[in-house]
Amino acid sequence: MSDRDRERPSPGSPAHAGPTFEELEAEPIIRREGSLYADAWRQLRRRPMFIISGILIVILALMAIWPGLFTRADPRACSLADSLLRPSGEHWFGTDVQGCDYYARTIWGARVSITIGVLVTACSTLIAMLLGSIAGYYGGWVDAVIARLTDIWFAIPTILGGIVILRSIFSTRGLLQVSLVLIVLGWPTMLRLVRSAVMATKEMDYVDAARALGVRPFRIIRRHILPNAIAPVIVYATITVGVIISAEAALSFLGVGLQLPAISWGLMISVAQNRILTAPHLLLFPGALLSVTVFSFILMGDALRDALDPRLR
Amino acid sequence: MGRYLIRRLLQFIPVFFGATFLIFVMVWAIPGDPIRALAGDRFLPEQVRQELRDRYHLDDPLPVQYGKYMGGVFQGDFGDDFRGRPVTDLLAQRLPITVRLALLAFGFEVVLGIVAGILAGVRRGGFMDNLVLVSTLVVIAIPIFVLGFLAQLVMGVKFGWFPVSGVQRGLYSYLLPAMVLGSVSLAYIARLTRTSLIENLRADYVRTATAKGLSRRRVVGIHTFRNSMIPVVTFLAIDLGSLMGGAIITETIFNIPGLGRAVFEGVQRQEGTVVVGIVTFLVVVYMVANLLVDVLYAVLDPRIRYE
Repeated sequence: MSDRDRERPSPGSPAHAGPTFEELEAEPIIRREGSLYADAWRQLRRRPMFIISGILIVILALMAIWPGLFTRADPRACSLADSLLRPSGEHWFGTDVQGCDYYARTIWGARVSITIGVLVTACSTLIAMLLGSIAGYYGGWVDAVIARLTDIWFAIPTILGGIVILRSIFSTRGLLQVSLVLIVLGWPTMLRLVRSAVMATKEMDYVDAARALGVRPFRIIRRHILPNAIAPVIVYATITVGVIISAEAALSFLGVGLQLPAISWGLMISVAQNRILTAPHLLLFPGALLSVTVFSFILMGDALRDALDPRLR
Repeated sequence: MGRYLIRRLLQFIPVFFGATFLIFVMVWAIPGDPIRALAGDRFLPEQVRQELRDRYHLDDPLPVQYGKYMGGVFQGDFGDDFRGRPVTDLLAQRLPITVRLALLAFGFEVVLGIVAGILAGVRRGGFMDNLVLVSTLVVIAIPIFVLGFLAQLVMGVKFGWFPVSGVQRGLYSYLLPAMVLGSVSLAYIARLTRTSLIENLRADYVRTATAKGLSRRRVVGIHTFRNSMIPVVTFLAIDLGSLMGGAIITETIFNIPGLGRAVFEGVQRQEGTVVVGIVTFLVVVYMVANLLVDVLYAVLDPRIRYE
């Protein structure tokens, strides 16, 4: 803004009786930027999809941050005498083979899933925003190199790649190792999205204007392009949290993800599969909670897309 | 067309070598002893270990290692298990089963997905539209292994409609696993068909066709349908990757002795070389299939050839 003021005649001069050029140009931009998100918010507040998924996500986040709020039982305090109890008043979700309270374990399982989902999404979005905006803004050989690298990573499906890397590199696999592998395999999709959004935004007149005024590329990307290209990224990131949680559970289920004694829904289902006939509750509770979690994030992404994507209006 | 094909083939080469190199580096070039790492907790006598090092050329410099490894891949050599049995034997034995399962799943998802998508798309906002949108969302949200166990428990054990596990009852025993395997992609295909149909129904040529007095049936069925299928076809290629990942899980749940089950057993039995061999094979198949679909894409949509 300050760059511009210097170049133009002062608004008070007699030559400008009506609204100045400055005002005419600046106003719609401000109103539009404000209104996309304000509009979206107004629309979202009335959508049942958004409200339901929002409430679910808040509950799940509380569960992850503060499991003590939901259960007083210690998930690791087990007594073999209580092995494989059916759900009852004392143990709401029954107990597992070791006689641990299954309700407490299911609640505590939220922490790992949501941490991995959020961590992986945040990191791969950051990588994608950085590389994607560089590729999309500069084009040319920089873009070619980044795009080809992305193609290579993209050619490896997540679950297959996850199995190979986790199986061969890490002998002990905790939250960090699993997250790292999912980040490594997850950024290319996001990068393609950022790149195309940046390429589309780059063609806008206000970017040309900023460039003509001599604004540095980094500042153009940060102040002018990214804020206008970020809507699809937000939508996709929300859905990705759900997809990653599902992928982590699948990897743990297959025996290449988290390892005992970690408490994770994927692991619980993996252990429960041998007792599907005698103790189906061991499978149903973590499965249900896992599904609800993935569902909330995907639903939220859908609601955000409806509100943020002007093409669908 | 020719130029597009050549460009696409040229692009394929670095991607193919890049992806195989990545897998190769992550498995064989890690610090420490990859053979030891792949064997996990299992004990390997010194002779076996040395023989495996020779087998995988681990004492050569890295580029030579990769060269020899790729030479093997081109000749269909995907390594041995720890007893010296080639992974290729396993592939020959297990692949037909997985192909059968995948084809069934594929047919299921394509037919039902497209039908559901069209039913939803022709009357946007109608009852069918909402039904399809909500049910697909639920299917997408339930992880495939939860869905698999649920289907096994309800349709197999409780109602006894389908065999619970194994392949003793021929093609019939593949039905339930195939439905589970195809369900997520079915949901995506339905949604994609719907969106693409809605978009195309707004096009000028649809108005022209309607103005000419063609029946709604013909406008949707002939004119719009073909154009709406273009994004769906591209999705099918990407989908193959998730179909493979899904096959590993589905075959594990339903105890189907295919490639996916072999991967799972490899993980369980600490047969790292088998896991790596099969997964490398699957990734190669995935990449080639993607190439083929891109070519098909150009046949379907002439616009892409002249870009």
